[in-house]
Amino acid sequence: MSHAHATEAPTNDPFHNELHPGEDTATGIPNKKVAMWAFLASDCMFFGTLISTHLIYRKLHPTVVDPKEIFSIELTSASTFILLMSSLLMALAVSAMHKKNVVSARWCLAGVIFFGSLFVGAQCYEFHHFVHAKELTLTSSIFGSTFYVLTGTHGVHVTLGIVWLIGWFIKTFSKSFKPEHALDIEVAGLYWHFVDIVWIIIFPFVYLIEYI
Amino acid sequence: MAQTVPHDTHPAHAGHDEHAAKPQRSFFGLVQRPQEGCHPIIDWLTTVDHKKIGIMYGLAALFFLLVGGVEALIIRLQLMVPENNLISAQAYNEMFTMHGTTMVFLAVMPMSAAFFNYMIPLQIGARDVAFPRMNAFSLWTFIVGGIILNLSWIFTAAPNAGWFGYAPLTSKLYTPGLSTDFWVMSLQILGVASLVASFNFITTIINMRAPGLSMMKLPVFTWMSLITAFLIIMAFPAITIALVEVMFDRHFGTHFFDATSGGKPILWQHLFWIFGHPEVYILILPAMGIISEILPTFARKPLFGYPLIIFSGSVIGFLGFTVWSHHMFTTGLGVVASTAFSFLTMLIAIPTGVKIFNWIGTLWGGRIRFTVPMLYALGFVWMFMMGGFTGVMHSSVPVDSQQQDSYFVIAHFHYVLIGGSLFALFAGIVYWFPKMTGRMMSEVWGKVTFYIMFAGFNIAFFPMHFLGMMGMPRRTHTYKAVMGWNEGNFLSTIGALILGLGIAIFVIHLIWAISKGKKAGANPWDARTLEWATESPPAPYNFETIPVIKVRDQVWANKYGTKSEKMGALPAGSHGIHMPDRSWYPLTANIGFFILGMGLIFHGHAVKLFGFEMHLQGFDAWIIPIVGAAILFLSIILWACEGPGGYHLHPEKRAEDKH
Repeated sequence: MSHAHATEAPTNDPFHNELHPGEDTATGIPNKKVAMWAFLASDCMFFGTLISTHLIYRKLHPTVVDPKEIFSIELTSASTFILLMSSLLMALAVSAMHKKNVVSARWCLAGVIFFGSLFVGAQCYEFHHFVHAKELTLTSSIFGSTFYVLTGTHGVHVTLGIVWLIGWFIKTFSKSFKPEHALDIEVAGLYWHFVDIVWIIIFPFVYLIEYI
Repeated sequence: MAQTVPHDTHPAHAGHDEHAAKPQRSFFGLVQRPQEGCHPIIDWLTTVDHKKIGIMYGLAALFFLLVGGVEALIIRLQLMVPENNLISAQAYNEMFTMHGTTMVFLAVMPMSAAFFNYMIPLQIGARDVAFPRMNAFSLWTFIVGGIILNLSWIFTAAPNAGWFGYAPLTSKLYTPGLSTDFWVMSLQILGVASLVASFNFITTIINMRAPGLSMMKLPVFTWMSLITAFLIIMAFPAITIALVEVMFDRHFGTHFFDATSGGKPILWQHLFWIFGHPEVYILILPAMGIISEILPTFARKPLFGYPLIIFSGSVIGFLGFTVWSHHMFTTGLGVVASTAFSFLTMLIAIPTGVKIFNWIGTLWGGRIRFTVPMLYALGFVWMFMMGGFTGVMHSSVPVDSQQQDSYFVIAHFHYVLIGGSLFALFAGIVYWFPKMTGRMMSEVWGKVTFYIMFAGFNIAFFPMHFLGMMGMPRRTHTYKAVMGWNEGNFLSTIGALILGLGIAIFVIHLIWAISKGKKAGANPWDARTLEWATESPPAPYNFETIPVIKVRDQVWANKYGTKSEKMGALPAGSHGIHMPDRSWYPLTANIGFFILGMGLIFHGHAVKLFGFEMHLQGFDAWIIPIVGAAILFLSIILWACEGPGGYHLHPEKRAEDKH
């Protein structure tokens, strides 16, 4: 029957791999996970380039306005904390999926989406505030150029992550959603944690550094 | 295999096959997902087969090679005689910019990618790459990038700031028109293609190896492809961000490279070469892999020092990231930085030299057969060494200061890129042609072509060493007759024409051989690696049963090895081989990508084409990009929802049909 059917499945078949990830890859690690790690390695270089651009220019051209006057470190600290907590919920969602608890995973995902949106909302508010109240724009100074492009790229990453997780959140209500999708949630989680870690680097190197 | 989930719990995945006859439908049910036996055009447009994708990569790369070649010949004809006025200085700038960009991104890289696609799954005993639809996506993205770059000709806005687009030449002040926007956008899109392909190949090579095929049994070409893929994913982000910064400078008035507001044009050089130097190895490592396949085959000996070749390749890849500033010695980096980069550059000569000695060691004592691929391979070793020697010269700061931006540099990198990469890629084409088409290319015509190309190449580029020493600067539109450069330039142009003739014969010969070549068996060269265990051309599923690998050079061992070294096989499933379905979405996603790219190029410009004029402003300027992005996004969502699909093939039935 089904069991006999399954044991006959040819190994090393990409289709089969997508159905039953990781069972027969050469390393035992599912394909999707390896590809995601490769992507994250590459993404490190994206942010590495942006962060170095910011740091080089910061040192070379101290801005006309003091960044301390612009930043609102309380707000940024709070949104950093929110993003960290979203990572905690993400980890709980993955853990719930591994325990085949779809309902718990669903609401953890909703929490991640909510906290992620709060973070993006805070960033939008921050940008709006900087532009209108502090007159820091993309064009006003080199600090503005590097600051907005760097943190904006991070914001885009978070937003894409939210869109991705919303997709999975909706999918949890579908009949075709199975505990086997734990891998997909885990891969999305890898991305989410990575984006979070990047923020943990941006926060000291862009914000806190100005207070030293 | 402990597996408890029966297929029928995955209705979205399991799709249709003999058990569930109804094919999936795409685009909200409007069109049927293409099936086995669909129209050939639809088949090629929607294929997810790595072999077809590889062939399309190869054909597109050959086409762009010819385009870039014509641009090169125009450059050479302009320089043939002093004070020539064949093309204007403006057109000349466009020619060398487009020639460089085309050859690097649209000819050499995709031709390597063609072999990655076609050969890696065969060499590792897999049925396909890890993500077949993503593979199709890379192909179409590359083609969109190539089309966008060359559309600039139609808008009379061909990029003209040099292939490395130094700031501030790319700023709105110096190139106000569309030209730089075309260049930036096409490179961005080509970067996406390379990155996506590399994630795929890394996963494929690491994860899809046949049982028993450990990393140190991998064919060298696959190894070098793996290193190349890692170089791509680590190097391309730097240029992507640099291009984003140029884009923001041009469209939104940021100051990244704007010196008047505190930006540093030299930052562009750093970011570009952090990408650009690994890029050099991205171009040469696959070539070295091909050579490491061909030399043992035709010397009829195992590769000498296999682990050292692999290790040297890895060291070259690693050191490739530590030497970028040797492109910038004359910018005044300071003594310490210059010395460090000079030292690291010299260091790269060591692993490269190790490889060359390994190749010589492979030939030593072998029973060498001088076939066409072997001739190209031997030509490669010799000419790559020539380019390598001048490369070591450049690593010395005082010497480099003299040679910077002279024809000596042109000679150097054409020796490694034509004599090196291109000769190796041509060697690969001739070597794997029987595998891809089931037919041989003519030995006689192959040899004639090789000698024409070899002579033409050396006549064209050897005199450039002297021209450079005599002070001829690169990117010069013309020169005075009294400079003493007349003979060298004339000779060089003749050589370029001979080389062009050789390549033209090669292409015609190739087209002829596809239908008229002598039939080839599975292993016409008596070669060594796993791709030769398949039929020529391979069946859609590559291997009827998944091979179990015992030794390196498995196909050689199958024929000449001891009994314990012979290849095994996993038992075949009784319900046939499961193949992933064709898909529309990689193609439609790239139609969206194309519209998005063109929209961003047009953003903020008055665009004129054939008398038709368009200047969108304010929100209107965003309509085209938004439409493109929406198509791209929707395609990706639908792609994710449709799943890989699948159908069954039955090799045993196929064999019966043949008889």
